Amino acid sequence: MGWLDANLISLLNGVALAGLLFLVAVGLSLVFGTMDVLNLAHGAVSLLGAYLGVALLDPGHGLGAYALAALVAMVCGVAAGLLLTVLTQGVRDHLRQALLTLGVALVAADLLREAFGADVRSVPPPALLDGSVDLAGQTYPTYRLWVIGASTVVGLVLYVLLERTQMGAVVRATVADRAMVEALGIRTSWVLGGVFGLGAGLASLGGLMASPVLGAQPGLDNTVLLLALVVVVIGGLGSIRGAVLGALLVGEVQTLGVSLLPEQASFLLFGAMALVLLVRPAGLLPSAFSPAVTAR
Amino acid sequence: MKRWLPMLGGIAVLLVLAALPLLLTAYPVSVASRILAFALLVVSVDLLTGLTGLPSLGQIAYFGVGAYTAGLVGIHWTSNLVVQLGCGVAVALVVAAVTGALAVRTSGVVFLMVTLAIGELTHRVADGMTLVGASNGLAGIPGPTLLPGGEPIVLVGYLYWWVLAVSVLGFTAAVIVSRSPLGRSMRAVRESPTRLAAVGQRGYAVKLVAYAFAGALAGAAGTAWAVQARFVSPGDIAFSVSALALLSVVLGGAGTLWGPVLGAAVVVLVRDWLSGYLDGHGELVLGLLFVVAVFLLPRGIAGARAWRPAVAPPSAPHSLGSIA
Repeated sequence: MGWLDANLISLLNGVALAGLLFLVAVGLSLVFGTMDVLNLAHGAVSLLGAYLGVALLDPGHGLGAYALAALVAMVCGVAAGLLLTVLTQGVRDHLRQALLTLGVALVAADLLREAFGADVRSVPPPALLDGSVDLAGQTYPTYRLWVIGASTVVGLVLYVLLERTQMGAVVRATVADRAMVEALGIRTSWVLGGVFGLGAGLASLGGLMASPVLGAQPGLDNTVLLLALVVVVIGGLGSIRGAVLGALLVGEVQTLGVSLLPEQASFLLFGAMALVLLVRPAGLLPSAFSPAVTAR
Repeated sequence: MKRWLPMLGGIAVLLVLAALPLLLTAYPVSVASRILAFALLVVSVDLLTGLTGLPSLGQIAYFGVGAYTAGLVGIHWTSNLVVQLGCGVAVALVVAAVTGALAVRTSGVVFLMVTLAIGELTHRVADGMTLVGASNGLAGIPGPTLLPGGEPIVLVGYLYWWVLAVSVLGFTAAVIVSRSPLGRSMRAVRESPTRLAAVGQRGYAVKLVAYAFAGALAGAAGTAWAVQARFVSPGDIAFSVSALALLSVVLGGAGTLWGPVLGAAVVVLVRDWLSGYLDGHGELVLGLLFVVAVFLLPRGIAGARAWRPAVAPPSAPHSLGSIA
């Protein structure tokens, strides 16, 4: 119990970071799994959400303003996702997709820096969630508990949507065999656009929710993209459960790992990723249907 | 007659490049030095990405190993350029062979991510190691000499000629390898590993040799970088640089070697030089350029119609999807 008490805060911080990473990474994973598109503009979409927080959230705002900002972030993210769908349509080559989406990311980063400046901007949490609570004798920021709760709910909703509804079945079928779904009379391009929009919307929402914790600044897009890529490849492409597991691993390595092994902290993350990839190239929990696995 | 055209073109380009220090002022010449060193790094990325079909974000690691080795040799042992080059290439070759032994067991997206891990780990080691100046960078590299006991070279133009010599040698080595039986085996790894195995060659060995050679080239590029800047910092080997190196390959035309050199030149010119005239918006222009290139130059600068009037059949898409 002594160990748990001593490390409870780091452990919880890890879960909160995992929640934020999950929101961003799950879109990256689903878009690659369903559309076979490597979207390297994903970090920029998330940074857009963070800057929406800067623009829309004043100190001491209420839950209503927060919900409105979340809605705006979702809508802007979905719009960005649809734009990227249109752009990447017909670009099947992964390296050219990388060129295209990183090009979009560079443009977006430059425009955001022009609009919001190069300084670190902090965002206040909603007044109601601004305090801290008592957890086993230690104080912990309420907002981070909210992040853990909200991302868990989003994850569960996504899981039910994809695994338990007809809509989800169509998406999973599109991942497995696009031509067959097309033959059933379903427009797969609409399905794919929907997935891309939803994924980008969640990334933008994740960026907004992260802004009271991580702030907003140029360069955050690259950090988020790298972490999300690590989450996705550790967890396995195209799988929600994989994204959850990958996010938890990366979140804990980044917080608990840093507090337990400060000397090795900077190598832990990429060392862990290299190890996972060399032992299980398809990730820990790959989607059973994703092309990455069926091609084996 | 037609066979001589590329060679004549090459000689003409070489003459123009060699004359640059006589025509330009110091700053443009230093930008040109940076372009040449970066271009050699990009050529090493193309050897893996374009020729062998292994998209890599990790060549920056061996570039860094070469640069830091050259800097350390310069500070602690000798200012001789040839020794610095030799040591940088040798250490980069060894490090690439050891790390490559693991990396080339994978391919596709997994290879991309493993090499990303190699690049980022190297970046972080450099950022934390006091021997190489940690996050402050390795400063105080003495002026290099060409001959033992000679005068230190400080003029930007002379340094440029050295960088030019290293880059041309490296590029020539890459072209020779790509036209050798090894180069053909590397293309076979990309096109059909099964057939390569059927004719009795081991794909793993081919990939490892290609990886080690590309690592040595990146190391040579790194030594050239250290010589022209006389300073190496962890920022030189960050993720953003390795991403730009990979994008230069795609922009230039993967697998052609000379196309990626042009891609590298465009990227550095826009980011470092044009940016000064654009109020610091170089990245905006670079981003737009990438997006436009995807649609207007599907096979990169080297595949543009201006070079070859007859339209070649489109090549198969470069897919990272399969893991096996």
